[in-house]
Amino acid sequence: MRYIVRRVGQSILTVLSVVVLTFLLVRAMPGGPVDYLRAKLMQSRTGNQISMSELQSLAAEYMNIHPGEPIWMQLWYYISSLAQGDLGRSIWYGEPVADIILQSAPWTLFLLTTSIILTFAIGIVLGAVMAYKEGSWFDNGSTVVSMFLNSVPYFIAALLFVYVVSIQLSLLPASGNVASGMEASFSVAYIGSIIEHSILPILSLVITGFGGISLGMRGNAIKEIGEEYIRVAHLRGVSGRRIATRYVGRNAVLPLYTQFMISIGFMFGGSVILEQIFAYPGLGYYLLTAINARDYPLMMGIFITITVAVVICILFADLTYSKVDPRVSSGSGESY
Amino acid sequence: MSEANDTFTGGSSIERESARSQSDLYRERLDRYVLTPFRVVWSDWRTRLGTLIILFYIFVGTVGVRLVDPPEVGGPRLAGIFEASGYPLGTNNLGESLMASLVHATPPMLKMILAGAVFATAIAVVLGTVSGYKGGTVDAVISTIVDIAMTIPGLPLIILIVVTFEPSSPYLIGIVLSINGWAGLARNIRSQVLELRDNSYVEASRIMGRSLSGIIFDDILPNIMPFVLISFVNTARAVIFGSVALYYLGILPVSFNNWGIMLNRAYSTGGAIYSWDSVYWVVLPMVTIVMLSFGLVLFSQGTERLFNPRIRARHAETIDDTTPMEK
Repeated sequence: MRYIVRRVGQSILTVLSVVVLTFLLVRAMPGGPVDYLRAKLMQSRTGNQISMSELQSLAAEYMNIHPGEPIWMQLWYYISSLAQGDLGRSIWYGEPVADIILQSAPWTLFLLTTSIILTFAIGIVLGAVMAYKEGSWFDNGSTVVSMFLNSVPYFIAALLFVYVVSIQLSLLPASGNVASGMEASFSVAYIGSIIEHSILPILSLVITGFGGISLGMRGNAIKEIGEEYIRVAHLRGVSGRRIATRYVGRNAVLPLYTQFMISIGFMFGGSVILEQIFAYPGLGYYLLTAINARDYPLMMGIFITITVAVVICILFADLTYSKVDPRVSSGSGESY
Repeated sequence: MSEANDTFTGGSSIERESARSQSDLYRERLDRYVLTPFRVVWSDWRTRLGTLIILFYIFVGTVGVRLVDPPEVGGPRLAGIFEASGYPLGTNNLGESLMASLVHATPPMLKMILAGAVFATAIAVVLGTVSGYKGGTVDAVISTIVDIAMTIPGLPLIILIVVTFEPSSPYLIGIVLSINGWAGLARNIRSQVLELRDNSYVEASRIMGRSLSGIIFDDILPNIMPFVLISFVNTARAVIFGSVALYYLGILPVSFNNWGIMLNRAYSTGGAIYSWDSVYWVVLPMVTIVMLSFGLVLFSQGTERLFNPRIRARHAETIDDTTPMEK
């Protein structure tokens, strides 16, 4: 129970420090968001001068920034309006940031959960088989292939897929999430189109990701197979299947947990590039659009959303992990 | 040993005796720290190939840039591989030699890798060892910081920082790219140190009243070296991935050649990707990136052997034959 409280507290602290960090970074940006907003507004209402007070109220409406106030008061305003779910309004799209996020987040979550599940499923099964056939041609071949695929950056794979599969062979669509002009519905055609558009992005992540997992799994499993208790289990007459799944499998999978947590963060970060390459309208796509357009409210909103998503995923993994692995103890040990 | 016999036949002054042991000492050190690791590295095909690939890139980045002139606009346009003399790897749509572009993108890349990997590894080792060894409040504070850094999604943060500060020096970009790459390693090192700190020899040092830095440097660090080296290589890979990606997206300021920029040009400049004829333009930078990263992966996969004492013993000359051999 104490552990859960501690972990939840830590997650809140993480989100809070990211909020402060984004706030300070945005304040440090050359030109600054207020100047930018002013320039933007000047452009759109040609000739019309805007008064300082008008600008301040606009800044407050768009990005919860109150230029006249001292910096810590500004930070306070910013955090309190975030806490109320007010992420400001996008300068570029003119819509509330929260709306854009609600529209795009499901697509990113769909891509990433599918990719993470496939990556780990393929990696763990392959690694286990490699470990059981240690030294065979299958093991050696898979090791080399795993190492090679693991050294291909996911966006290189993505670019190659776009070039070969989409443009040269015209087998799968190169961009978007559904065929254009299709009405959202639960029809076979619509869902088929969604899947068709997601194959290449998911494939880019999975194909370049499973190698690292399978090599890790292989190493862990080989180590476990060599342990004394496995021999004892054999001598006790425990069935081979039970040893493979309950003894070796379980103990070899658990150390992959850290890798799992890191890959959640990695894939969420990577979605920025992947979604840009495939013009897939998820969080990452809008983040990059916001950055290129210097759309500060949208930029901050998405960055904070991504962080919250990663923090929640990791918190969830962390809390369930101590249930799965009884060896995890929260004792901090003696200090020297 | 034959050398020992030589000294006996050549007179028996004390000076000569000490000179002999001195030179023996140096030889032993050379054997232990240079030759043995080298033999172990060489005995495994992964590290051997990995080392060769990495050395090749270092060669290209140091000597290669002097042999190949920087790319210039105005050669034959879109020449294929070995089509135009003087342009062995072909040219792009502006007539720039692709080989020159690839070669001259290497030094900044190496600088970025070096800066990023040194930065991330140093921070991770310091925080990981101190937090794991000290325990208590120190550990709690550092662990919280590490956990926070690990959870913040790296790439979006890097993009924000790059847009804010527009770093242009390759060293600085390397550091920014590994801004939270140290967290995972620090956490790993911490758990390793947690296991080590209760070993009997560490305890002996502690009872003997050795200083904290003494214990950490002599008793703890040598044990986590394989980890450190492997993660050094992993950070290097992360820096390559990150920089190429950000250059491809056009987020980093274009101040020098980069493979990512080459990819971007190949994809964005009209027509290049719509015909098979210019496939070399797209594939060459990809091959360059993947090969360097493959070299690093091979190297790190094979290095575990370098730190396995049994394998080291088999390859060391200074350890005599009575040492039990590996089965």
